[in-house]
Amino acid sequence: MSDPIGTGAEEGRAGRNLPPLRLHVPEPPARPGDEADFSYFDIPPAGAAPRPDEAAQPGEMRDMAYGLIRVLDDEGAAVGAWNPGLPPETLLRMLRAMALTRAFDGRMFRAQRQGKTSFYMKSTGEEAVSIGAALALARDDMCFPSYRQQGILIARDWPIVDMMNQIYSNKGDRMKGRQLPIMYSAREAGFFSISGNLTTQYPQAVGWAMASAAKGDTRIAATWCGEGSTAEGDFHSACTFASVYRAPVILNVVNNQWAISSFSGFAGAEATTFAARAIGYGIAGLRVDGNDALAVYAATRWAADRARANAGPTLIEHFTYRVEGHSTSDDPSAYRSAEESSKWPLGDPIARLKQHCIAIGIWDEERHAAMDKELAEMVRDAAREAEKNGILGHGLHHPMESMFEDVFEEMPWHLKEQQQQMLDEWKAAGL
Amino acid sequence: MADDVIETRTQTTQMTMIQAINSALDVMMERDPDVVVMGEDVGFFGGVFRATAGLQQKYGKNRVFDTPITECGIIGVAVGMGAYGLRPVPEIQFADYIYPALDQLVSEAARLRYRSAGEFIAPMTVRSPFGGGIFGGQTHSQSPEGIFTHVSGVKTVIPSTPYDAKGLLIAAIEDNDPVIFFEPKRIYNGPFDGHYDTPARSWAGHPEAQVPAGYYRIELGKARIVRPGEALTILCYGTMVHVVENTVAKLGIDAEIVDLRTLVPLDIKAIEGSVRKTGRCLIVHEATRTSGFGAELSALVQERCFYHLEAPVERVTGFDTPYPHSLEWAYFPGPVRIREAITKIMKD
Repeated sequence: MSDPIGTGAEEGRAGRNLPPLRLHVPEPPARPGDEADFSYFDIPPAGAAPRPDEAAQPGEMRDMAYGLIRVLDDEGAAVGAWNPGLPPETLLRMLRAMALTRAFDGRMFRAQRQGKTSFYMKSTGEEAVSIGAALALARDDMCFPSYRQQGILIARDWPIVDMMNQIYSNKGDRMKGRQLPIMYSAREAGFFSISGNLTTQYPQAVGWAMASAAKGDTRIAATWCGEGSTAEGDFHSACTFASVYRAPVILNVVNNQWAISSFSGFAGAEATTFAARAIGYGIAGLRVDGNDALAVYAATRWAADRARANAGPTLIEHFTYRVEGHSTSDDPSAYRSAEESSKWPLGDPIARLKQHCIAIGIWDEERHAAMDKELAEMVRDAAREAEKNGILGHGLHHPMESMFEDVFEEMPWHLKEQQQQMLDEWKAAGL
Repeated sequence: MADDVIETRTQTTQMTMIQAINSALDVMMERDPDVVVMGEDVGFFGGVFRATAGLQQKYGKNRVFDTPITECGIIGVAVGMGAYGLRPVPEIQFADYIYPALDQLVSEAARLRYRSAGEFIAPMTVRSPFGGGIFGGQTHSQSPEGIFTHVSGVKTVIPSTPYDAKGLLIAAIEDNDPVIFFEPKRIYNGPFDGHYDTPARSWAGHPEAQVPAGYYRIELGKARIVRPGEALTILCYGTMVHVVENTVAKLGIDAEIVDLRTLVPLDIKAIEGSVRKTGRCLIVHEATRTSGFGAELSALVQERCFYHLEAPVERVTGFDTPYPHSLEWAYFPGPVRIREAITKIMKD
């Protein structure tokens, strides 16, 4: 009875004329010490992608999910049907927000290394994904971001001191020090409270968009997740709801190739694109060069116009690269080739937009260097101001009894009791 | 009745618990245009138990709609709708189906107010039929309330009568925090005395089935003394209230029966007052025993009433097994087990 259903496994497959099954466990093309080679990526030239009408049926535009929308070419010219034709002030605003985001990331990363806070996450190389989208949306459209879209707040001119107060969990933190650093919440900026659990924001964004539609509002919703967390059930629930109710929502997948140490193959990238997830749901799918701020802007604008016209949701894959580690808690040199970042074929989003602005004669190297210097000083001054409210763990935090607030609208008896007990115990201990 | 009941019971009609729940939804949809009802089969069909019957015809598809079969999606969407400013009342068709929604309930709905320091809230009432006694097998019979009472930031409410179901559901919908509203489906259409082999009774003639047609609310966190008594205190909720009431009547014992109605926040004053008076305490619930809500009740009674106790606190609960289909009535904590427990407590 060792082989009751006759699999043949016990007898070394004797008597069974079938090939042995094999389990495929994906492996990234390069590991530490390997040469990084991205030649296998099919990168179409800028300007080549067609631009369907915003009201196109998803079935008419399936190729878009396998192509790559690119606007900026190698010389910094904006080309093709997707060129949004932005005025100089918008281009420079975009460039400045991206540079400020990078300066902010640099300063806050160092603050974590200096022991001023517990945790930080940079968005280096992905600035265009947040900022291109934020500028293409209306200021009152609602964003349900993941943890690497700090660029949205910066593009919406949210005070960076407020963001730093949150990172330091200090007495100026409007979230009362309750959340891990970078888990911002800014209702006035149309920025939903960030969760540490992945892709939970996806169905929430769809729900917000459904509510907006049910109320006859004009505002739309947008949400972001990483390519790794498209594997979560929430992603698929959200796509189903978005499709079923034709919700006015933009579903962004930031494919930065890495989910901590797991390459995109563990979310299914060996088999298809992430934009192609849209096809099965009957949602419009676009695949965009995420390091091209103009392409991100144009795709987002297309999706926003589509949503506002009641033509339904859009799923946008932003093809990009996570230049730094996942967070301050991991060392990417332990799991991927150190060469990858420098060999990334789609370049640096800030350098590319800067090249464009210079090419069209509205910008130059001197002004860029002066802007970088000014932003570094602005970030340094903001950090000093935020640090006056305290840094993590040195006492200038919210009073300990505030721990019990906001669990419910009104504090029930059991929390009041626990709060009092805590205070009594500390008092009895002479603290 | 308690002074928190706003409308008097002068103009009442007889309702089943299903009709009372339907009436609560109707009243709240009429009063508040932000209340929306959603869930599997709740729209055109009116729900598999008919709790939402007629609502879509009356309030339209923008406010009452069927959903895809994804509980994670239903609750996630409800969180987003709450952030927009709506007051969603999602239905999870059976409490046994709620597990795919746990992350959205536990990590999102229950934590949103706290993590955003009140900037965003999730004012939703999750209705779900729960409990056994209908030969539902292990996937249509569970009582998972203890999972939710363990979660900070969510309230858990369980009615036992049509009158309470309506008043509590209205209060839950008006509440600005997420509420899990478990409806004991065995008593949707009539009270149940625990004797499965006798003909089913209807709510007709039951005093708690006289329900006002209009608006009234029963404050969350207030227990109901079903029967005052001196001999022992019996803490229970949902279907078990009726099983206990009938068993006590047959025994002829002067028990004080406390229907908790809300598990979080709990009416600790009612519990303390009763146990200090009687000195004996029995806890009855249908959910499995280990880490069940009865364990919390037992600990609270021990902590607060220890010097008044004449006997150890006893629990009669479901066994720590899955809900067995054919052996449902061996699993169900019915009159035999309740009677044995009362006898044991009264010996000491």
